[in-house]
Amino acid sequence: MVRLRVIPCLDVKDGRVVKGVRFQGLRDAGDPVERAAAYEASGADELCLLDVSATREGRASAVETVRAVRAVIGIPLTVGGGVRRLEDAAKLLDAGADKVAVNTAALERPALLAEIKERLGAQCTVLSLDAARRGDAEQPVSTLRWEVVVAGGTRRTGIDAIEWVRRAAGLGAGEILATSWDRDGTGEGYDVELLRALSEAVPVPLIASGGARTALHMETALDAGASAVLAASIFHDGVTTVDLIKRELARSGRDVRPSPIPTPSTLR
Amino acid sequence: MSPDLVLVRTGVANVASVIAAFRRLGVEPRLSDDPGEIRRAGAVVLPGVGAFAAGMARLRDAGLVAPLRARVERGEPTLAVCLGVQLLGLESEEAPGVSGLGVAPARTRRLVDAPRLPHFGWNQVEPDLTCRTVRPGEAYFAHSYRLDDAASLAAEGWSVARTREGERFVAAIERGAVLGCQFHPELSGAYGAALMERWLERAALACAGGVA
Repeated sequence: MVRLRVIPCLDVKDGRVVKGVRFQGLRDAGDPVERAAAYEASGADELCLLDVSATREGRASAVETVRAVRAVIGIPLTVGGGVRRLEDAAKLLDAGADKVAVNTAALERPALLAEIKERLGAQCTVLSLDAARRGDAEQPVSTLRWEVVVAGGTRRTGIDAIEWVRRAAGLGAGEILATSWDRDGTGEGYDVELLRALSEAVPVPLIASGGARTALHMETALDAGASAVLAASIFHDGVTTVDLIKRELARSGRDVRPSPIPTPSTLR
Repeated sequence: MSPDLVLVRTGVANVASVIAAFRRLGVEPRLSDDPGEIRRAGAVVLPGVGAFAAGMARLRDAGLVAPLRARVERGEPTLAVCLGVQLLGLESEEAPGVSGLGVAPARTRRLVDAPRLPHFGWNQVEPDLTCRTVRPGEAYFAHSYRLDDAASLAAEGWSVARTREGERFVAAIERGAVLGCQFHPELSGAYGAALMERWLERAALACAGGVA
């Protein structure tokens, strides 16, 4: 059985790792290359790198940062932020990304997903979704709805998140990176209802994002159907480590890759 | 000493991760699609190239079908990754009517019993006892198609490593200094680095005229 994955996320702005709450109030969280290497050594199954400045400033993603991170890590790297055209995606792969996450540009022109899939394969095509709850917290679970938000959560689109993801998977997205805007950076836990709804809606792997603080949060996301759990603040701030999280997940019976990973010399 | 290493330029493949992985092992691969170079190179890497039909079309257009077939048939150091290993086979369900290189007697089919596709992530690699380069461990997969676990592979001298996701299927095949991995050794952390290093050692030995 394929293992459940733990994915640290590097939000990068101007060559530095940053992290905020609900995409705002960004503070410095270190050097991306140092972070990436440390997370791989700690047992990260994959890394995600999102250029959080890219879309708003309308420029291409952090190609140089991707190149520098790729030089030191031997695990998969998903890169997103500012991917507007097929050429942007190809450029990121050339720099060392293995998957490209598309967000706003796909909303504006869904055919972009099909183009990336045709040219680079579904295994390279990730739809990044930022979703915010609609309605009030008191309403019954069965009536919950989520809306797609863009521009760092500053603009609501009116588009139903579940419908959008279903369409995106049909167009060629091979994986969904689902971030809860409500939970991002809060440590309150993933939006499990969102994950459950998405997991039932599409047959492709789902990465849970936004709100993780504990291994228990991750367990509930995995139980809701996520194939992978992404977290940023807790790893950057030293609240816990990838290794500790994976040990806890393994102890509670979740199928994760044993950690820490052996070094090449112990395998030979 | 490391052999002269050539990475087949496929135009569409994502080779940055493969190049970076070899660099970490102290080897600088050269990109080429020249048939003569592919024929003569000490060691050749055939990376994953997106779709089966496009991959074969590219190899045909560049005149690389014969040189690659010759390498594999002679057991010369060759590493095929992901789609690369499928291209070694006879044909693929992904592209009916398109012939593969035909040097590994197996067909490629869609993974049908996996709960979610693509099969993304780390999974266990279980090599046959006859495998010399592939060892047990965990490797990173990213694919929706896989080579059939055909009895004809063993009959033609291939050793097989397997994994399981819904069904049991081929994770890697090896024969002589030829290694085909459905998973991505370049993305498989320490396990992948060690595997690539063993393959390079085998390649160096073969180039020096030793037994592969």
